[in-house]
Amino acid sequence: MQQEAPGSAVISLLVDNESGALARIIGLFSGRGYNIRSLTVAPVDEHGLVSRVNIVTTGTLADIRQIKAQIERLTPVSRAVDLSSAGPHVAREMALIKVVSSGEPRTEALRIADAFRARAVDTTATSFVFELTGSSDKLDSFIELMRPLGLAEVSRTGIAAICRGPQTIQTP
Amino acid sequence: MTPKTASAPQAAQTLAPLSGAEVLMRALVEQGVEVIFGYPGGAVLPIYDALFRQKEIRHILVRHEQAAVHAAEAYARSTGKVGVVLVTSGPGATNAVTGLLDALMDSIPLVCLSGQVPTALIGNDAFQEADTTGITRPVTKYNYLVRRPEDLAKTVHEAFAIARSGRPGPVLVDLPKNITVGNAPYKTADQDKPRTSKVRTEPDRDAVAKAVAALKQARRPLFYTGGGVINSGPQACEGLRKFARLTNFPVTSTLMGLGAFPGTDKQFLGMLGMHGTYEANLATHGCDVLVALGSRFDDRVTGRLDAFSPDSFKIHVDIDPSQINKIIHVNLPIVGDVGRTIELMIEEWDKQPAYEHGAELEAWWQQIEAWRALDCLRFKQDQAADAVIKPQQAIQRIYELALETGRDTYVSTEVGQHQMWAAQYFKFDAPNRWLTSGGLGTMGYGLPAAVGAQVAHPDALVLDVAGEASTLMNIQELGTIAQYRLPVKLFIINNHYMGMVRQWQELLHGSRYSESYSDALPDFIKLAESFHAKGLRATRLDELDGVIREALAHDGPVVVDLCVAEGENCFPMIPSGAAHNEMILGPEQEERGAEVTREGMMLV
Ligand SMILES: Cc1cc2nc3c(=O)[nH]c(=O)nc-3n(C[C@H](O)[C@H](O)[C@H](O)COP(=O)(O)OP(=O)(O)OC[C@H]3O[C@@H](n4cnc5c(N)ncnc54)[C@H](O)[C@@H]3O)c2cc1C
Ligand SMILES: Cc1ncc(C[n+]2csc(CCOP(=O)(O)OP(=O)(O)O)c2C)c(N)n1
Ligand SMILES: [Mg+2]
Repeated sequence: MQQEAPGSAVISLLVDNESGALARIIGLFSGRGYNIRSLTVAPVDEHGLVSRVNIVTTGTLADIRQIKAQIERLTPVSRAVDLSSAGPHVAREMALIKVVSSGEPRTEALRIADAFRARAVDTTATSFVFELTGSSDKLDSFIELMRPLGLAEVSRTGIAAICRGPQTIQTP
Repeated sequence: MTPKTASAPQAAQTLAPLSGAEVLMRALVEQGVEVIFGYPGGAVLPIYDALFRQKEIRHILVRHEQAAVHAAEAYARSTGKVGVVLVTSGPGATNAVTGLLDALMDSIPLVCLSGQVPTALIGNDAFQEADTTGITRPVTKYNYLVRRPEDLAKTVHEAFAIARSGRPGPVLVDLPKNITVGNAPYKTADQDKPRTSKVRTEPDRDAVAKAVAALKQARRPLFYTGGGVINSGPQACEGLRKFARLTNFPVTSTLMGLGAFPGTDKQFLGMLGMHGTYEANLATHGCDVLVALGSRFDDRVTGRLDAFSPDSFKIHVDIDPSQINKIIHVNLPIVGDVGRTIELMIEEWDKQPAYEHGAELEAWWQQIEAWRALDCLRFKQDQAADAVIKPQQAIQRIYELALETGRDTYVSTEVGQHQMWAAQYFKFDAPNRWLTSGGLGTMGYGLPAAVGAQVAHPDALVLDVAGEASTLMNIQELGTIAQYRLPVKLFIINNHYMGMVRQWQELLHGSRYSESYSDALPDFIKLAESFHAKGLRATRLDELDGVIREALAHDGPVVVDLCVAEGENCFPMIPSGAAHNEMILGPEQEERGAEVTREGMMLV
């Protein structure tokens, strides 16, 4: 399980999939001066009517409670759960990392990718695109290690998160 | 598809397909709407056409869309119903923005209907197109753009449900012209469940029991009541009175809560906060149990946060969970409707062992009486016939002479010193009579608010206690007042300054009165006359009562220019960032105040 840095929290929301819903959430964060470190959104029900939003934000415990209470006031938000305080959860992120190099650095990049179980999803004579899934920390360390080895471009999804065990977040 | 509640002629109409505008009218009628405040334009012409062809809903034509919103706010606040506004696209909608934010800040239920360009043109920079839902998202409780005819009726019903449920607020429904012109199906309100289910009105019983247990232990208790009690309704105000009587605990109120508890009651300490009374603020500072009932610890109330009511056990009752622990950490939060919570507190009070700290409570009352004896609102009016009128004198006399008429009286205000003096000198014994812009402090609120209140209560006495600067911000509403023959009494406390600004400049900026003089004022008598109203003026003390009496007795709109002393400041005052026991007192009280404060500080 990902260990959040102190003061960071993952809030998961179930949101009616209507136009403007995301703008409302983002507007709340910018308008009230809250921080968004990462944000993911996608429909999660069979009819595409409900989206799940995962937000990584920072603040003191009281800040996080206030953020959650403010989000819960939004009409299209049917559930808001602070996963960080609701019990153990899994938080994962995917990244595509392009490394452009040759010779020794190229071999070294491949070796490290292997150790991280990153997959090369695109390979040319001078470049790799690695796909890596894991905790944000793990992605951070991989990217750091690639830096001297020809790191050229990074694209990350932001985290998706879910509670461990049989516990679920459902629309009421 | 036949609506269950439709009246017979309407039911007959369902045979022919309805236009969107007709569906809208029908939904409004089903929601109990009687009055709309609005202003026409191209995008809402189909709605105005439907309005023209029906009888149930009355339309009040204002002279500016901002005024439509303030009028609807006062209508809502003074009746407990949802206020309704209708504006056109583009500039009509943007003009409404200030009013919507005002309603959001003060928890006023509104539905604002705005016209929009046809859906096919949205995003094309069409004529009078504005991204209205984008612009109003942060100033509404919720908003909609209706894109499909089948969503129309349901959306309107849900808008009303959201506006009035939980913590009330403004909801905007943006209506593209093709939706109101084209056919749309009607749906009754009960055909869809609105999304308001998250609101919790029933408080946690354990928390209520704990709160009452804390009150039973209190030696220096204080109720700090707010606008939420008025939002909750007349039963909540009744409950508050009953509970206060039962406990004999003192009560103070925010600006927004005035009238929830009788202003003339011995147990009432007056308003607390920046311009609150000496006794209310020192009681807040010194109490040992503070019960916030539907109030939100606004910065005008708390002053310096780390010095706010430092030794009290704090209980906070609020229907909006996001208000709990937002500013002040409380010991016991209770989420729920304040009226219901008070009801349960009363039950619980009778169940739990009898209150045993009567002697300490008596000492607390003695302390409060000592503070009260300072008479912090007293001012010195020179009694000579030709003396300059003090603004406090003007406002106090308006209150006393209005009271003498024995009429049910509604009072709106503008924003500034006159607003604070009105809050201090008017004693409201009933809720929903006091109409003021608290959270946003919108100059220009008062005159349109008087319009809304008089439309809602045609037989009542409606006063607007105004400043000369604020009044000019929506002065065009004299036209609305004339058109509908609204007998509003506008009292302009004319100190020739943006007095509140002048006061801060005097106290904080070395008396450099930068741009705060009200220069080139109109002749308010001629102005009144040109708007078909009566104009009156008083410039000396001996004219004051006569002019007020004449205005109150006149059976029509009156504008009264009360020329008052220019340099008066509003006291008591807690400068922003200061603590409640660091109040600045008026010249009359300064000396004794320092003494009493010292004593008080030792006691608390
Ligand atoms: C020039 C100026 C000076 C001012 N000076 C002062 C001052 O000295 N003192 C002062 O008090 N104010 C002052 N104000 C007003 C101040 O800015 C705030 O508007 C006011 O204090 C807020 O009042 P309130 O706490 O009652 O909350 P409101 O804004 O009335 O909010 C109501 C609260 O009750 C809750 N609520 C709503 N419905 C319910 C329900 N059914 N059950 C339970 N809870 C409910 C809401 O969630 C909210 O928290 C001043 C304003 C101006 C413009
Ligand atoms: C729309 C708006 N603009 C500016 C302000 C800032 N402001 C607060 S009080 C005030 C002066 C009000 O003057 P007046 O209406 O004459 O009232 P007085 O204080 O003199 O009683 C001003 C400019 C405001 N509250 N609202
Ligand atoms: Mg003035």
